[in-house]
Amino acid sequence: MSGLGIVMLVHTSLERAAQVARHWTANGCPVVLHVDRNVSTEDFRAFHRALADDPLVRFCSRHRCEWGTWGIVAATQAASEVMLEEFAQVRHVYLASGSCLPLRPVQELIDYLAERPRIDFIESATTADVPWIVGGLSHERFTLRFPFSWKRHRQLFDRYVALQRRLGIRRRIPDGLVPHMGSQWWCLTRQTLEAILRDPRRSEFDAYFRKVWIPDESYFQSLARLYSSNIESRSLTLSKFDFQGKPHIFYDDHLQMLRRSDCFVARKIWPHAERLYQAFLTDADRARPRAEPNPGKIDRIFAKAVERRTRGRAGLVMQSRFPGDGAEQAITAGPYSVFQGFAELFDDFEPWLARQTGARVHGHLFGPDRAEFSEDQSLVNGCLSQAAALRDYNPESFLKNLIWNTRGERQCFQFGPADNQAVNGMLARDGNAQISVISGAWAVSLFRSRRSFADLRRQAARLQQIEAKQLEKLREPWTRARVRIWTMAEFVEAPMEPLQAVLEDMGVASGRKLQEVPTMTNLEGFGEFLQNLKNQGMHPYLMGDFPVGQSPASLSNTPRKPYLVR
Amino acid sequence: MGLWDSYRMRLRRKRRLIRAVRKSAELTLLQDNTRSIRPDDILLVCTMRNEQIRLPYFLEYYRNLGIGHFLFVDNGSNDGTADYLRGMADVSLWHTDASYRRAGYGIDWMNYLKRRYAHGHWVLVVDPDEFFIYPFCDTRPIRALTDWLDNSDLRSFAAMLIDVYPKGRIDAVSYQAGQDPLEIAQWFDSGNYMISRNPEYGNLWIQGGPRARVFFADQPKKAPALNKIPLVKWDRRYAYASSTHALLPRGLNQVYAADGGEKASGALLHAKFLDTFTAKAREELSRKQHYGGSTEYRAYAEKLAEQPDLWCKWSEKYINWRQLEILGLMSKGNWA
Repeated sequence: MSGLGIVMLVHTSLERAAQVARHWTANGCPVVLHVDRNVSTEDFRAFHRALADDPLVRFCSRHRCEWGTWGIVAATQAASEVMLEEFAQVRHVYLASGSCLPLRPVQELIDYLAERPRIDFIESATTADVPWIVGGLSHERFTLRFPFSWKRHRQLFDRYVALQRRLGIRRRIPDGLVPHMGSQWWCLTRQTLEAILRDPRRSEFDAYFRKVWIPDESYFQSLARLYSSNIESRSLTLSKFDFQGKPHIFYDDHLQMLRRSDCFVARKIWPHAERLYQAFLTDADRARPRAEPNPGKIDRIFAKAVERRTRGRAGLVMQSRFPGDGAEQAITAGPYSVFQGFAELFDDFEPWLARQTGARVHGHLFGPDRAEFSEDQSLVNGCLSQAAALRDYNPESFLKNLIWNTRGERQCFQFGPADNQAVNGMLARDGNAQISVISGAWAVSLFRSRRSFADLRRQAARLQQIEAKQLEKLREPWTRARVRIWTMAEFVEAPMEPLQAVLEDMGVASGRKLQEVPTMTNLEGFGEFLQNLKNQGMHPYLMGDFPVGQSPASLSNTPRKPYLVR
Repeated sequence: MGLWDSYRMRLRRKRRLIRAVRKSAELTLLQDNTRSIRPDDILLVCTMRNEQIRLPYFLEYYRNLGIGHFLFVDNGSNDGTADYLRGMADVSLWHTDASYRRAGYGIDWMNYLKRRYAHGHWVLVVDPDEFFIYPFCDTRPIRALTDWLDNSDLRSFAAMLIDVYPKGRIDAVSYQAGQDPLEIAQWFDSGNYMISRNPEYGNLWIQGGPRARVFFADQPKKAPALNKIPLVKWDRRYAYASSTHALLPRGLNQVYAADGGEKASGALLHAKFLDTFTAKAREELSRKQHYGGSTEYRAYAEKLAEQPDLWCKWSEKYINWRQLEILGLMSKGNWA
């Protein structure tokens, strides 16, 4: 018989528990089993019969074990007492559950503990120092009373906590006791365990912990601090918890990962994980170098799962992730740029931008006839269609989809008051949007069109109204987008600086002067055009104070040239 | 949600349940193996019509996932479906010639069967052309999923429809009984799904995919809904409210996270577009037993005549669930 005894708390999948118990005893470790009182008598008898012939197996008195309650501690105490009494050779007692599985040959664990005869392996930290508390109760779990079940009577539980807080009721922590917390699964030396169980003050401590919240994570953890001189604050059992504080479960496909973890025991194992039980219980002698437990990879995988569940992938909208307004900083998957008025003011803006930035440059994605994808494509990544009806049916989905589908490639598109305005709110709220507007530039396309003036006048009034409303939205205090707005007059006066700034924002052209600039369209007569509108009673103001009447001197002589600053 | 609203929903749920019981009179029990259902069996409920050719692979697929018992409603098949299923110990079969449309597109019948046989069971509701995919489905049986859901106190699990289609004309390759439909139809649209929240039931409403792209590009409102909640830990008080898109009570529809996190979800690969589809569309069009006077089938029939290739250069070829996860169509959520 070895110096390692196993206390096993069992409540479901009794066949697996029996299988593991036999594995321990086959390797010379005595096992004391506690079977939850909630297990039916019939099942218990069958379980008992299955193990009764094993001389190293004992059963202890049964308690009702409900999560977070004293029953689990009482069960552990009862089983530990049996262990200490009946198996005098036991030097270390290992607390395990029915769904724990030894990952390394038992002899390695026995040797490991034999080399550390005086060390207690129990995770034990003060409340101020643990990050894993779920549910908001940390130190209060030691100073309030918890007579109601958190699982079954959540409302009562919460209300009673609130009431005690309001009345300022505090329990007295027994003298000399410093509350510590940690994993429920420990491995203690006989000396420490005996000292805890045979303490003359035990009834006082028990009475206190009976009403502590989740005592199974604090009873032994606190008391071990009183008696042990040699605590190694870690659990030998690999056990990971999800964001609700529930243990993660291991399946067949975790086999290699568990092997490489070099941990001694893991929980919790899915009872139907046949391959895991097969692999770890029918132990061929695996010649692996003895190593310290190193669950790094498993840690990362489960940490990622928690992150995915609580934060998710930014910008993804799907069947099980639908963030409400304001739930995220950025509502799309990556940064993108919106240009308004640039394509009107520069003849070759789109190809120029594509050359300068290497980004994908679309036309008016929200244009009235269709989504003008780059290179005139009718479909783009993700089978996103150019059809205007589909796009306008849910414009926000359209844009989020586009940005999500093209992760890794920056998207740019043109926008304007003639386009579908339904995305304006979203653009303003989106921290990923970089919006550059030359206000009033829409008038350039009117100026160059050959429609009747009455028509143009009406059109100009409409577009001006739409753009004014849009600018208002972009200037709201809660706008998260990176917004730059120039009036057209301002922009035409000195176009290089804004262009440079916009490109720098996109991460190109930083520090150096632009090598190549787009060609500005010929604006000769534009001033008169605006004046004409004014004369007709329509006041175009969004373009700023554009030189009226005669074209400005700089424009009149050599049009275009002055803006091609090289 | 106000009290009045809750009361209205409660009434609606009761009405659904009463309808289910009333409509159960239309069902004739042909094959009763329900006594062999064990308490922890995972059940599958399915209504079908003339799908015999699909059944061999369908049964194989779901038996492999670990379905314990199949409850089929045969809505007037004349292709030997009943004969085919006869004698299978894990299949119970009901027959009806009554109107599919008037039975709430089949949900009244299925609500009844679940109320009667699925109380306390995890139950999967799928069509014969839908294949349930969930995280780790290549290494973990469906019981691993339901155990995990139980453990996490979750009662329902979302799996959106993803239409899969062949490359080329959909009638180019003829489907053989027992064949994996994904051998023929293995392409899908990965990023054109439109999602909004349905305030009435609190579920998400998803449209898109090849059907919206090709058949409904000019009337997207009519594009079929793709959101589904096919896996539920059933209680006799539950009812599907409209197809498997929404459940009552409404809490069961909260299969998505609204705070930026991701809940776990799966997918139903929808292998509707095989060569069998053209004939099906013609038949359903004349029967007018489908939603909205079978507008869906009318659109199919019109478009299919001119352009039967759903494939485009941006179509993705289906590989496995991990691919769907990376594309953002489903999620492992907190399961690892």
